[in-house]
Amino acid sequence: MAKEYDTVIGLEVHVELDTKTKIFCGCSTAFGAEPNTHTCPVCTGMPGSLPVLNKQVVEYAISVGLATNCRITGFSKFDRKNYFYPDNPQNYQISQLYLPICTNGFVEITGEDGNNKKIGIHEIHMEEDAGKLIHDEWEDCSYVDYNRSGVPLIEIVSEPDMRSADEVIAYLTKLRMIIQYLGASDCKLNEGSMRADVNLSVREAGSETFGTRTEMKNLNSFKAIRRAIENERERQIDIIEAGEKVIQETRRWDDNKEYSYPMRSKEDAKDYRYFPEPDLPPVVVSEQWIEEIRSRQPEFRDEKMARYIREFDIPEYDADIITSSKKMADIFEATVGEGANPKKVSNYLMGETMRLLKILEKEPEDIHFSPENLARLIKLTDDQVINSSVAKEVFEKMFEEDVNPEEYVEIHGLKQNNDVEGLKEIIKQVITENPKSVEDYHSGKEKALGFLVGQTMKATRGKANPEMIHLLLKELL
Amino acid sequence: MDILDFTAVGLADEIKKGEVSAQEAVEAVFSRIDNCEDELNCYISFDRMEAVKRAQQVQKAIEAGEIHSSLAGVPVAIKDNICTKGMKTTCASKILQNFVPTYSAHAVKCLEEAGAVIIGKTNMDEFAMGSTTETSFTGPTKNPWNTACVPGGSSGGSAAAVAAGECYYALGSDTGGSIRQPAGYCGIVGMKPTYSTVSRYGLIAYGSSLDQIGPLCKDVTDCANILEVITSYDEKDSTSARRKDASFTEALVDDVKGMRIGIPKEYFGKGLEPEISAAVLKAAALLEEKGAIIEEFNLTLTDYAIPAYYTIASAEASSNLERFDGIKYGYRTEVYEGLHNMYKKTRSEGFGGEVKRRIMLGSFVLSSGYYDAYYLKALRVKALIKQEFDKAFSKYDVILGPVAPQTAPKLGESLTEPLKMYLGDIYTISANLTGIPGISVPCGIDSKGLPIGLQLLGDCFREKNIIRTAYAYEQARGKFAGPDVSGCEHSLYEVE
Amino acid sequence: MAKVISDETIEYVGILAKLELQEEEKEQAKKDMAVMLDYIDKMKELDTEGIEPMSHIFSVNNVFREDIVTNGDDRENILANAPLKKNGMFNVPKTFE
Repeated sequence: MAKEYDTVIGLEVHVELDTKTKIFCGCSTAFGAEPNTHTCPVCTGMPGSLPVLNKQVVEYAISVGLATNCRITGFSKFDRKNYFYPDNPQNYQISQLYLPICTNGFVEITGEDGNNKKIGIHEIHMEEDAGKLIHDEWEDCSYVDYNRSGVPLIEIVSEPDMRSADEVIAYLTKLRMIIQYLGASDCKLNEGSMRADVNLSVREAGSETFGTRTEMKNLNSFKAIRRAIENERERQIDIIEAGEKVIQETRRWDDNKEYSYPMRSKEDAKDYRYFPEPDLPPVVVSEQWIEEIRSRQPEFRDEKMARYIREFDIPEYDADIITSSKKMADIFEATVGEGANPKKVSNYLMGETMRLLKILEKEPEDIHFSPENLARLIKLTDDQVINSSVAKEVFEKMFEEDVNPEEYVEIHGLKQNNDVEGLKEIIKQVITENPKSVEDYHSGKEKALGFLVGQTMKATRGKANPEMIHLLLKELL
Repeated sequence: MDILDFTAVGLADEIKKGEVSAQEAVEAVFSRIDNCEDELNCYISFDRMEAVKRAQQVQKAIEAGEIHSSLAGVPVAIKDNICTKGMKTTCASKILQNFVPTYSAHAVKCLEEAGAVIIGKTNMDEFAMGSTTETSFTGPTKNPWNTACVPGGSSGGSAAAVAAGECYYALGSDTGGSIRQPAGYCGIVGMKPTYSTVSRYGLIAYGSSLDQIGPLCKDVTDCANILEVITSYDEKDSTSARRKDASFTEALVDDVKGMRIGIPKEYFGKGLEPEISAAVLKAAALLEEKGAIIEEFNLTLTDYAIPAYYTIASAEASSNLERFDGIKYGYRTEVYEGLHNMYKKTRSEGFGGEVKRRIMLGSFVLSSGYYDAYYLKALRVKALIKQEFDKAFSKYDVILGPVAPQTAPKLGESLTEPLKMYLGDIYTISANLTGIPGISVPCGIDSKGLPIGLQLLGDCFREKNIIRTAYAYEQARGKFAGPDVSGCEHSLYEVE
Repeated sequence: MAKVISDETIEYVGILAKLELQEEEKEQAKKDMAVMLDYIDKMKELDTEGIEPMSHIFSVNNVFREDIVTNGDDRENILANAPLKKNGMFNVPKTFE
């Protein structure tokens, strides 16, 4: 009979902080620039260059630490982590090993059993990101772009407190929401502004000692994380069942092939020779500074939900969904701020927006229509300039390209036809052409009326006001 | 008076008065270079055309009253580990043989603003690792006092160039004595300021917690003036200090009455040449005559400074030199198979023996299992040494002793036994470990005809104490004649 | 006590430091390192119990930059010294198999 196994998981989560400049130099962190155009001697490791710490990075790290119940380190230092790789221009990464900025925190999730569960945070430290390697398809070489080199990161190291993929995803979702609410990062897994490495081991159910763990890298979505966890659990159980030993190693997940392989090399000694960074003085965080940052912490989800229900009079159900993402909450408030009816805004976000995100496999953070345009669209329907089916079409366009609905409706001639006399003519025509339905209506079949409304809409190419058609049809019949 | 006999400040004065021009000074320096450089090899590179153009520019600015500095128009040489925009900066290494920085070190910018005319880049030990300038990729520099001898190091090219009149003053860097010791060997003045005084931005790092840029020059007056110009807070160097007391020329006062001077007994133990001991003690006696209070005391940790220093310096160096990998700049090996082979071949071919030795030692002391026993231990020893110096400076304004246990050794004698060479740093390295300033002033000539150096150490941020003491000593000592370089002149018509 | 540095140690340090030594260099390196480590061991004579390791000499702290973009496009300068480059990027040997 097969043994039962428990899975033990800890995460190392890297989050790119949303600062304007890099951690140690005044280069822009903006995405999408031409290769190496956001670089300087510091972030390309030129001889004689020296790092100077971006204060905002420390403040973001502290604010994430406070929001995850961490102890903030009063006297914190940077260390050098030495390893050779071309994406790392100095061949050492400035990071924190011995005295990280935050330690000993936790976040609460809903555990496997449905009860609240604390996931411990061992530490949060600050470090610099690496550059990007681009591989040449044709020639035997790669290219380095240092635009991302020196972009600030925090690494959030959890305790090995998770026991399943569900818990891992609950933890990541919670962490992401906290950081998004803080405005410290957009935390997009697919774009790499949030990256999770999974440390996983298995042990016989009930055992108190940990098994040998592996570290899994290259997980770019929740789906990949789930698959990789399940795959790695099975792989380790197979090894143990075969009487062999799990090797402690780093593995790379290939989500297309749904398997992982070891990232081993005899040139990779894994001996990082950490030592205190002599070019950076320590960071001293006073109680006063902590209090200043605490007082600037934004409204978190629970407070926001309560306020939405109170202030905007929307149902709890709506508030819950809208506040599940900082981005959605921001759009909601901004759109309401433009004068739109809160419930109508909420309907758009919970309905069409969620539907389209799901179809396109996107996250709320990917929304790029503006609150102004959503407010305009709602106003167009309120004023009966367009009908609801046109509104749906315009919204889809807005979701794709953030078009201005007023202009779009104008250009594409989508205004609702409110010309009563003209409409009457069309309806008369429809009545003449559909004697069977007219007869059915008169014999009490209400459905027939719907058919006639539809025919009229078709004849007006969707531009007529359906309520008006309804009234006029009844009158003319 | 020969134009080359002026001090830097003296020359600037003459230029200001219109007695000589900046161009004439540059021409004089280059004619000395023409005569001596083949023999001495002080420079790795220089650019005559650029220097002349720059001199003309500066001369105009001086005449227009746009530059008032005490160094305006004076030709200067820069050690080749200090970045100069548009001028090759090689660290005397094959691995950086073609590196042309696109930025200048902050200290170089300070000099340029003061109207300095850069002649070229001086020879040094590769990456400043060495005490003789023999580890240079371009071959050794010779001592102008005796070309069979080394000029000291690592700033040997800077020291020899100043002594030989191939420039009026120079910048060097000092990680364990690399300014003070060659200054001593070449009979000139050299100073390492308090750590954090001169920005390290643009100084190619060897030991980041120990490195400082400083002047090599003809006398203490030049030294104070140069230091005043290059002392400047720099927001690009996080360890740069905002000095409020940087008017070092105010300390050029011939008065040491009541100055408390301590002489560490350990600096006069075995290994020190008796002639040096005698010359240094004679200097102390001169200061005593002028009213200084001289006292002997103990620096019991002296012998522990060298092991702590080589552990820390090698560890930092092993990390600082990782960036030389054949990707972004410098040398890349011709033939390789894959990334790691490229790294290894590039670095093995690009670095010289001494550099490799220190990188390997440094990598070892930081490696897993040894970090505590070596690196952390060294940081603890450093803390103890710092405490001992703090205690000493609670009693003394200045610590007086020799710069080095011997005068300039013969070429080729030092590199065969690295440890012996390292032991020669015994009097200078504590200043780097503890951050304190130190100055080297010539105090005699030994029986071999080689200069002897006196070293004065002061407490952190108390450069004025050692400048004042050095200046008073210099006044009492009288003129210190430079080497006779007529021997290295050769006729243009000579056929080899 | 005289230290002996093994071939494995020199090999390992070579991997860490990315240095590849010729045979005769290797023998010399082993000797040099042994001599230096023996010498450095002198530190062990000192009791450093309870002494805080001193990495920075001065008690300066919190040296920060404000989060303001100060650098523009400097690509030409950044690539000026590259031994091999293409399309505005540094060229390196292939980084994965």
